[in-house]
Amino acid sequence: MAEPKVLTDVGRAPEQVAAAARKEKTISKAKGPGDDKVHSWPHLVRIEFLCALAVIAFMLVWAILVDAPLEEPAAPTRTPNPSKAPWYFLGLQEILVYFDPWHAGVVIPVLIILGLMVLPYIDINPKGNGYYTYEERKFEIWTFVLGFHVLWIVLIIVGTFMRGPGWNWFWPWEPWDKHKVVAMTAVDLPYLFGFRDYWASAAFGVSVVVGYFALGTAALYGAIAKLKGRAFLKRWGAARFSLTAFLFLNMIAIVLKILLRQGFNVKYIMVTPWINI
Amino acid sequence: MSKWSEFKRAVVSSQVWRSIFRHGYDDTPRNRVLMVSGNVWLHLHPSKVRRHGIRLKFTWCMGGITFLMYLITVVTGVYLMFYYRPVAEYAYADMKYLEFDMPFGMLMRNMHRWAAHAMVITVWLHMFRVFMTGSYKPPREFNWVVGVVLLVLTLLLSFTGYLLPWDQLSIWAVTVGSNMARATPLLGHEGPFGEFTGVNPVYDARAFLFGGGEIGAHTLLRFYILHCIFIPLVTSLLLIVHFWRIRRDGLSGPAL
Repeated sequence: MAEPKVLTDVGRAPEQVAAAARKEKTISKAKGPGDDKVHSWPHLVRIEFLCALAVIAFMLVWAILVDAPLEEPAAPTRTPNPSKAPWYFLGLQEILVYFDPWHAGVVIPVLIILGLMVLPYIDINPKGNGYYTYEERKFEIWTFVLGFHVLWIVLIIVGTFMRGPGWNWFWPWEPWDKHKVVAMTAVDLPYLFGFRDYWASAAFGVSVVVGYFALGTAALYGAIAKLKGRAFLKRWGAARFSLTAFLFLNMIAIVLKILLRQGFNVKYIMVTPWINI
Repeated sequence: MSKWSEFKRAVVSSQVWRSIFRHGYDDTPRNRVLMVSGNVWLHLHPSKVRRHGIRLKFTWCMGGITFLMYLITVVTGVYLMFYYRPVAEYAYADMKYLEFDMPFGMLMRNMHRWAAHAMVITVWLHMFRVFMTGSYKPPREFNWVVGVVLLVLTLLLSFTGYLLPWDQLSIWAVTVGSNMARATPLLGHEGPFGEFTGVNPVYDARAFLFGGGEIGAHTLLRFYILHCIFIPLVTSLLLIVHFWRIRRDGLSGPAL
């Protein structure tokens, strides 16, 4: 009887393995200086595996140390004060202070989602694709930082930690006084400018809003033409420019409205029988 | 040769073993490719990746961690589903039972909740990283769009799950969070132009979401099905698309 073949772990003879390795070397030889690729197994898979282990360990410790909240049973007739949405929506609940519900709860979230979706199509800067750079993408990065970090995160922090009963402002170290009296002195912008007639006020408000978008678009056009040149604007195209201008001005408008309310007690900029802004 | 290694060799060279595990851990280029391309789970990766694209300081591993959070919520969520009934009379009692009587119940509930919160944060960080590296630029534009939809689905998953404990925190958070639906222009009874479409408190966008004019038992069942079946199915389908497109386009990186 012949000697049984010595097999490796996978049931292949050593000479087979060696032959396979020799054969493969010719296939995977480097294609030149630009070929910086490595095999996913093991280089990528091991990073993922170690990350997963660390994160699972962290989650286990967190789940052992901190219990999920469970309050008293649901009582539809007893409304807590304040009633807060889940924390990730508190940025939106916070801008309810400054905008009507149809605006803060529907229009702005839809604009945020659409704005994020069109981002790759309006950003035609070919640089900064696949590496970190600030120098080559200043405007994009500042816009994103303003919208994402300053507006979204700061508003969530305000809504979570600074708002108490009646959605009044309380510092985290202040006790919540349910009977805190806050004078409602905010007035509409047309009133501030001396308009007393209803329709004159409405016309003034509408022209302020329309004027803001018209002048803002023109200013943006001028700024971009000066910074990047007319050739860039032509390449960028009218559709991309107007979409960018509309979304950008809407984002700035949220900041302006917050400043107008906090600084000048302005309630609405535009009052009409149908919608108020 | 020891008896043990003889036994081991007999096992790994048997027909049964080799029909299950098609290849071993030989460190050959061919086998490294096979490990990825021959495995249904690992083949979501390209078999070769750009060297800089796998570095932690480039990816932060955030996409992977987000997916891991999703998996944790799926596993712990299935465990919780065995003990939880989405009925207004039982839901809260089941939560108490789950916390105090069920083996590892509290741990599973905590893991589920914290992983869901963590997923919202990691999905944001992942989006931030993808933005900062400009990885949404051609040819990956549409995968960014898919990612935005996945972000919305993550928020909806978290939001629908918020109602299920059926305590004061959940119903009022969901009430406040859903109130915007009744202010939708045209579709909500408190929204602008609602009078032109004939919507009313029991027949508008919020009533559709709640399954009635007010939050109640019908809402609990509706959110339970959205949370446990509908949104996870849609999310899983889009995750497949998201991962597949990464595989096709490769990891992003500077032009060579």
